[in-house]
Amino acid sequence: MYDIIIIGGGIAGLTSALYASRAGKSVLVLEEASYGGAIINTLDIANYPGISHISGYELATNLYEQVKELKVSIVNEKALKIKNMRNKKQVITKNNVYEGKAIILATGRNNRKLGLLHEDELIGKGLSYCATCDGAFYRGKVVSVVGGGNTALEDALYLSTIAKEVYLIHRRDTFRGDDITINLLKKKDNVHFIFNSTISKFKITDHRLSGIVIKNSQEETILVDALFVAIGREPKNEIVKNLVKLDDNGYIIINQKCHTNIKGIFAAGDNCRKSLYQLVTATSDGAIAAEEAVLYLNKKKG
Amino acid sequence: MIKEVDKQNFKKIIKEKECVVVDFYANWCGPCKMLRPILEEIASQYPEISFVSIDVDKEDELSREYGIYSIPCLILFKNGLEEKRVVGLKSKDELKELLGDK
Repeated sequence: MYDIIIIGGGIAGLTSALYASRAGKSVLVLEEASYGGAIINTLDIANYPGISHISGYELATNLYEQVKELKVSIVNEKALKIKNMRNKKQVITKNNVYEGKAIILATGRNNRKLGLLHEDELIGKGLSYCATCDGAFYRGKVVSVVGGGNTALEDALYLSTIAKEVYLIHRRDTFRGDDITINLLKKKDNVHFIFNSTISKFKITDHRLSGIVIKNSQEETILVDALFVAIGREPKNEIVKNLVKLDDNGYIIINQKCHTNIKGIFAAGDNCRKSLYQLVTATSDGAIAAEEAVLYLNKKKG
Repeated sequence: MIKEVDKQNFKKIIKEKECVVVDFYANWCGPCKMLRPILEEIASQYPEISFVSIDVDKEDELSREYGIYSIPCLILFKNGLEEKRVVGLKSKDELKELLGDK
């Protein structure tokens, strides 16, 4: 039996592991893919206090190595179910059942999908959720971005320096982003705004995305080489939706001490409801959740 | 070890063994870096399969020929022909599934 089982090996989860292990607790981290979480897609982090520039990969790897030194068990298995029992918690994966006294949920978020037919099979074939990752493959091409927040605006701005034409499609008539970015975009000759519109269908040629069907009062097809989807993210709380209290958008409701509504289950990072989703708040949550889990265990021991 | 290949030797290498897995990557790509140790571990478990890599920044022509628009992108070649491809960072289990029926 572990003292603390942490679900998710992103920045919040690994920070929890760091704090919990340094407090003398036995810790298991369950990570479905690879450590690091969402930050590994960031090429340059410039707002982490004390570090002028670092790549997401490098920061995540540094933290991973730091945690590894502490003899934390990090296992690459996907948590499928969590059972809250009277004196312990169980986490069930495909091949194992792990037992712990406390749990920290740090599962993070996924990119929100459009939910259109053929969406998954077009990933890497014209469809992308990460402009900074895949934008460079579309030099001189015609691309589109869907979304109306800062990510969509920044994606469009970045792509305008690479692609020939950029169509920015948004379902409303105003953006929810920084004025600075909006004004920069408006000055770009190769960025075209399409407001009050949604994408209803993909046009596929030779198994690749070749166009998008735009729907407003009528339907029109725009031929594009790529579509970058930037319509937000959604928390990965599927396995805990019947266990802890979530808000209407599916985020875990935590108090200032990262407690969920269930005793012994804490949450940290992007899967929680909070006002700012940043590295600094992920590390902060991670540390607080770990400290609170440690307090909980020490109290329990009496 | 995953050997780096280029335009010159690529066509020959994908026919060297029945199954060859090619990892299209770039040095600036975080998920590609995360994938590499997973791939190396899998490579050690599948000695009958060759694992090679292509730097898309250096091999523009090959990347275009194979329609690489997102990395990491793994392509499984069978007898020199593309059999399957997966895009994005995958777990060890997911990658084993890709190779499952080999």
